Amino acid sequence: MSSHAHAPQKPLGIDPPGTVHVTHDHHELGFLRKYIFSVDHKVIGLQFLFTGLVMLLLGGLMAMAIRWQLAYPWTEMPLLGRILFPETGGVTTPEGYTMLFTMHGTLMIFFVIIPLLTGTFGNYLIPLMIGAPDMAFPKLNMLGYWFWWPGIVCIILAFGAEGGGPAAGWTSYPPLSTIEAAAPGSLSGQTWWLLSLTFVGVSSMMGAVNYVTTIVKMRAPGMTMFRMPLSIWGLLIAALLQLFALPVLTAGSFLQLFDRVFDAGFFTPTGTIINNTSPEALGKAAGGHPLLWQHLFWFYSHPAVYILVLPAMGFVSDILSVHGRKPIFGYKPMCYSMAGIAGLGFIVWGHHMFQSGMNPSVGLVFMTATIMIALPSAVKVFNWLGTLWGARIQLTTAMLFAIAFVSMFIIGGLSGIWMASTPVDIYIHDTYIVVAHFHYVVFAGSMMGIFAAIHHWFPKMFGRLMNETLGKIHFVGTFILINGVFYMMHQVGLAGLMRRTADPYAYETYAHLQPVNEFISLCAFGLLAWQIFFVINFFGSMIWGTRAGRNPWKATSLEWEAPSPPGHGNFDKQLAVYHGPYEFGVPGAAEDYVMQTQRQVT
Amino acid sequence: MNAFKHFLFRALIALLLLAVPVFGVWTWVKAPEWGLWFPENVSTYGDSIDGLFMLILWMVTVTFIGTEVLLVWFVWRYSKKDPTRAVYTHGNHTLEMVWSAIPAVLLIVVAISQMKAWTTVKIDFPDDGPYTVEKPMMEVYASQFDWRVRYPDASGNFTGTDVIEVPYDITVPVNTKVVFHLRSRDVLHSFFVPKFRLKQDAVPGMVIPVWFEAEEVGSYDLICAELCGWGHYKMAGKIHVLAQDEYERWLAEKRKALYATE
Repeated sequence: MSSHAHAPQKPLGIDPPGTVHVTHDHHELGFLRKYIFSVDHKVIGLQFLFTGLVMLLLGGLMAMAIRWQLAYPWTEMPLLGRILFPETGGVTTPEGYTMLFTMHGTLMIFFVIIPLLTGTFGNYLIPLMIGAPDMAFPKLNMLGYWFWWPGIVCIILAFGAEGGGPAAGWTSYPPLSTIEAAAPGSLSGQTWWLLSLTFVGVSSMMGAVNYVTTIVKMRAPGMTMFRMPLSIWGLLIAALLQLFALPVLTAGSFLQLFDRVFDAGFFTPTGTIINNTSPEALGKAAGGHPLLWQHLFWFYSHPAVYILVLPAMGFVSDILSVHGRKPIFGYKPMCYSMAGIAGLGFIVWGHHMFQSGMNPSVGLVFMTATIMIALPSAVKVFNWLGTLWGARIQLTTAMLFAIAFVSMFIIGGLSGIWMASTPVDIYIHDTYIVVAHFHYVVFAGSMMGIFAAIHHWFPKMFGRLMNETLGKIHFVGTFILINGVFYMMHQVGLAGLMRRTADPYAYETYAHLQPVNEFISLCAFGLLAWQIFFVINFFGSMIWGTRAGRNPWKATSLEWEAPSPPGHGNFDKQLAVYHGPYEFGVPGAAEDYVMQTQRQVT
Repeated sequence: MNAFKHFLFRALIALLLLAVPVFGVWTWVKAPEWGLWFPENVSTYGDSIDGLFMLILWMVTVTFIGTEVLLVWFVWRYSKKDPTRAVYTHGNHTLEMVWSAIPAVLLIVVAISQMKAWTTVKIDFPDDGPYTVEKPMMEVYASQFDWRVRYPDASGNFTGTDVIEVPYDITVPVNTKVVFHLRSRDVLHSFFVPKFRLKQDAVPGMVIPVWFEAEEVGSYDLICAELCGWGHYKMAGKIHVLAQDEYERWLAEKRKALYATE
């Protein structure tokens, strides 16, 4: 903001159109300030994108190692095995397996999906779509990215820690996570995990403060809240969830850190004997309660599930409308349903704890709230279908991924009803039905949303279009293989298979499930390999892609007014907004779309 | 893209999207044949849980087919090359009301329909049988990585020398409401018997009452369902359900053995 401190400051809304967007003096910055320690929201967004994609590869490789063990337990894992388990000649160890799924979950949630959705697109899109020159606090924004790095360093150090990586699951339930004797990963790996999460939390918090402030205070003249694209609504609501929920996780992590480092006993009950050692005899405090952590953890982590999907819902809404050449169906119901999901999201955390020993009567309240969350989700699906009805669908890669999001979200949403229902949950809790459910929402859902968003906004980010042929090849294979991986997990779970079980076939109940698991694993290996088409397309298009121009999709929102890629300060013209971003197919208009900056022709 | 290629591509995408409901339903139909179904139920309340699962399965299947087929149809129908413009509408208030109200009512019905079974399993413990929450049949202790059962002495006390302790295997009588106390010595565990449709976490510091009534004699897998460390995958136990008289005999033998060794 310092660069336009000289601009006359007037309250928003009174300004004549465009005054906020004074043209920026072009001052050349060195390489370091321009690309590394940049305060430009676009560069920061791209930093999150590249880092997030690398972390996606790491998390994906861990998933492959997990799938190898489930398909061919205790056999030599090709390629990865030698790196992960050199001391056993590439054979997974039982403790190694617990570390693998702990790190897979941690990486995918805190280092891939949240940073890709909010870090990348939150940063990149918010100022551009609301017509602001940058974020409200650019330096804080830069810090937000750089506070993520100590988090990455800590989580990588956790692998090399004494005893190995954290092994208590991404949920890190104490006392397994707090008592060193309970698991090798609880020696010091868990401490690194907690530090990492704290840094990631600080980073997210800085981002969330910025997103909310920018959206509330820096909208272009005429850009009322209900003229904002749904992407911005999704990001705003996700940021609000971060603001309200994250402090609780951070507090919880500190309590767990105190338990581990300062021998506090917030989560350690009296009189436990763990691995032949009594924590109290070692001088640790006791008298705490393990369920306290579960409450604190899920108070954040359930809303976090919606942080993982709301922005994607926003992107998909925009992409369906732009590539369907039709206004979004039910704009306000879409906003309200996102707000409803977020609001209900705060009172459903107990559904993770139905079988935990929490008072079962409370379970009935959490069940009712959880089942009701299907309502706003259903309203969203109906409105997406309404948007496609009567549309002029352009089958671009971005559109295909957006359609895939809807198709997959239906599955992930519907299977949630089982999990919400307390009696059914008695049986399916912690089985593969749960694994199928959240992968359908977060991977088959949100990740498809991210692919759609990358294809849609790539031309803005890099000034070139992604290759459509490669994109479609990538889409078709990914869509088939994703379902190959996750669909049958429902039935495997119905057969009772527990998650986090290194070798299920030792049980009579699970002995017959190996062939299905092998099929799932083969699909998973194929799915990862298939992403090569995306990698080639992503990097190749940066160099060889067709030049995009400002508005390749003939979209209406403000980011398409800027040059591709936009320069420092984003816009080179004055902006004023006259209507919402969904004016497609307007009867009587000269073209089938009316930019938000054009007065409506009616 | 020329017209024919465009047609083929539309068809490919439509088929791909159609494969979701087709394969989606087909795998559920085939699942029992492939052994991917509930294991047989042998507890008194298991049928009601399976029934509620099926109720939701039917509801979501109808919704699943309906929405996915609409999606396929819209994508197929409206991706046709068409020089005219899309339907210009920003929504429909009546439709929004209808498709909010109907699911709302259905979901409330689902929520209410679940409450009785949950209450039976987890809240209203039997008080008409030989065992109650106050006077449990046994204590089950979970610890890394085994299960241990303690049977009280003849007067129901869990302290003293007459308590029988058995590792790994839990022996109970058939057609009896078995109420027991679940505890953990160290970390979290979970008591999961797939064929009873029963799961309950064991929490250190807590004594959690659990009950079931097995209807068939046999031996059933007891599985730890909450991550408890590196050996979690092999924290297996067995529940042996015996006929009433056999159970009495087994218990008497155990008691005799207790004195024989002393």
